[in-house]
Amino acid sequence: MGTSKNKPGRFGEFGGQYVPETLMQAIDELEKAYIHYKHERQFNEELDYLLREYAGRPSLLYYAENMTKDIGGAKIYLKREDLNHTGSHKINNVLGQALLAKNMGKTRIIAETGAGQHGVAAATAAALLGMECEVFMGKEDTERQALNVYRMQMLGAQVREVVSGTMTLKDAVNETMREWTRRVDDTHYVLGSVMGPHPFPTIVRDFQSVISREAKAQILEKESQLPAAVVACVGGGSNAIGAFRHFICEPDVRLIGCEAAGEGIDTERHAATIAKGRIGILHGMKSYFCQDENGQISPVYSISAGLDYPGIGPEHAELHASGRAEYVSITDDEAVEAFYYLSKTEGIIPAIESAHAVAWAMKSAGAMDKKSSIIICLSGRGDKDVAAIARYRGENINE
Amino acid sequence: MSRISEVFENGNKAFIAYLMAGDPSPIKTREYILKIAEAGADIIELGIPFSDPIAEGETIQKANLRAFASGAGLESAFEIAESLKGVLKAPLLFMTYINPVFNYGYDNFFTKCADCGVSGIILPDLPFEEQGELSGFTTKHGVDLITLIAPTSSSRIEKVAKNAQGFIYLVSSMGVTGVRTDINTDISEIIGEIRKYSDTPIAVGFGVHSPSQATGLSRHADGVIVGSAIVNIIAEHGENAADALYAYVKSMKDAVSH
Repeated sequence: MGTSKNKPGRFGEFGGQYVPETLMQAIDELEKAYIHYKHERQFNEELDYLLREYAGRPSLLYYAENMTKDIGGAKIYLKREDLNHTGSHKINNVLGQALLAKNMGKTRIIAETGAGQHGVAAATAAALLGMECEVFMGKEDTERQALNVYRMQMLGAQVREVVSGTMTLKDAVNETMREWTRRVDDTHYVLGSVMGPHPFPTIVRDFQSVISREAKAQILEKESQLPAAVVACVGGGSNAIGAFRHFICEPDVRLIGCEAAGEGIDTERHAATIAKGRIGILHGMKSYFCQDENGQISPVYSISAGLDYPGIGPEHAELHASGRAEYVSITDDEAVEAFYYLSKTEGIIPAIESAHAVAWAMKSAGAMDKKSSIIICLSGRGDKDVAAIARYRGENINE
Repeated sequence: MSRISEVFENGNKAFIAYLMAGDPSPIKTREYILKIAEAGADIIELGIPFSDPIAEGETIQKANLRAFASGAGLESAFEIAESLKGVLKAPLLFMTYINPVFNYGYDNFFTKCADCGVSGIILPDLPFEEQGELSGFTTKHGVDLITLIAPTSSSRIEKVAKNAQGFIYLVSSMGVTGVRTDINTDISEIIGEIRKYSDTPIAVGFGVHSPSQATGLSRHADGVIVGSAIVNIIAEHGENAADALYAYVKSMKDAVSH
């Protein structure tokens, strides 16, 4: 399943299954079930149906003509994951995992969420499939993303406010894992990113790889050639892996992951795991983590709740170590500028997470050949961020 | 035979006591360890604070925060252990998470454990499948790697039990650490299953706090492990917990021996 021959679930030296014994049987069962259903016809037909008829796939690959002309370099395409039902790429993974959980006989799903996009998607899938749903969210995030909290509750989910640690995404993951050890029989943990213990990084990648499967066919149809670069924001890294997956085997396509530099990677207020982190082990996986000299995980910061995570998925760690993908850091200021830029230039309000990827294209497209193209994974829409962006600019609006 | 296994010789039912290094301060931790040992604790399990203790309930999560607040960490745990070398008769175990150990370097970490007289280690986020991670450095330095078996382990029991060292840490119930009124797991059944594959001593932990629970569990198991109840006493009494700890541990040691 992973890329290493030696051990399942390894991407080079990264990945693994560093979880308490209480969860081992559950993740073994999950792996077996996934291997079974992955190739089962009925499961795949059902998932394809939901992705098409419910989530609205395939998502568009939109030529951002105004932006392209304004910047004056490579042609810019937006993979419009923001147009999916629930407003982000998260639904791709959640429908897959919820369907898998249901087939495994689970009646309840639990999930962590940062920005609330994954929580909303999980609550949505639970409502659709008639499952119970609890979402764990750091207290700080419930305040930054109050609208999404209410949205999850409207969908019938219970939102559990996490007050331990830094009260953000990392702690939401801790608390969801603790909850899973309490109740594993009837419950599946719908992990929201390509992280955690094996088999999650593989399962989530596979469900998200629909992004690049579509994008590759779409760009070849429009441009008759591969893009020069594919760019996506990276927190745990699920939209990025999804966008990269079918281009990894194309060595001429640059793969760019944009990490959150917050107030700058030379300050203490950032979430730039690859730029500033070291190899470590947390949340079931060996990967890169922001940590202090004693191996304590550092508090991280980004304007974007969805990128505010001190680690990165193990496959990204390997793509970085092998040099296949490049990871760059984008500051809050650059992301906010990109947020406004795309809104005004194309009439598309991106999620503040996705704005990190837009920012890279704004900086880099101008120097690239006009005949070449860039695909930006526009992983989510920005409605949820409007109030937070206003606050960032010193204005207070009612949500 | 390791120092840890020796504790269980001649049918001795062990009382294993957990406390957090640096809660409320490293000096007090050292004092409390000696007090707990004097009261009859057979093995001392010393927690090293970690930022993300995913196997811990609220009680021990808070102890982590108090330990950090007192400036404690890995170095203070080593200092406490070293200062007890030759003074503390009971074997000392470390309990922490894999990242601080990985970060220190396995060879360095276990060399230092051996130098400081640490007899074993418990790493709840290092399941059997990932023990190769340590590349044999525990064995090389004579430190027992204590493995856990949970109520969900079922088909995994054989491989875990056959490779166990020191004692097997049997997790009494689902979930994280913390005091529980009822333990519903059929402990005797799991112990029977483990016994098919291993005669390594078995100690039961997670949720255990009362003498009557201890007496009940030690009919089947070779020992009981108590953490949160001890941490609660320290949380309540702070710098003046010695007498309360002594009385509690004595009552628990008496209870396991009956």
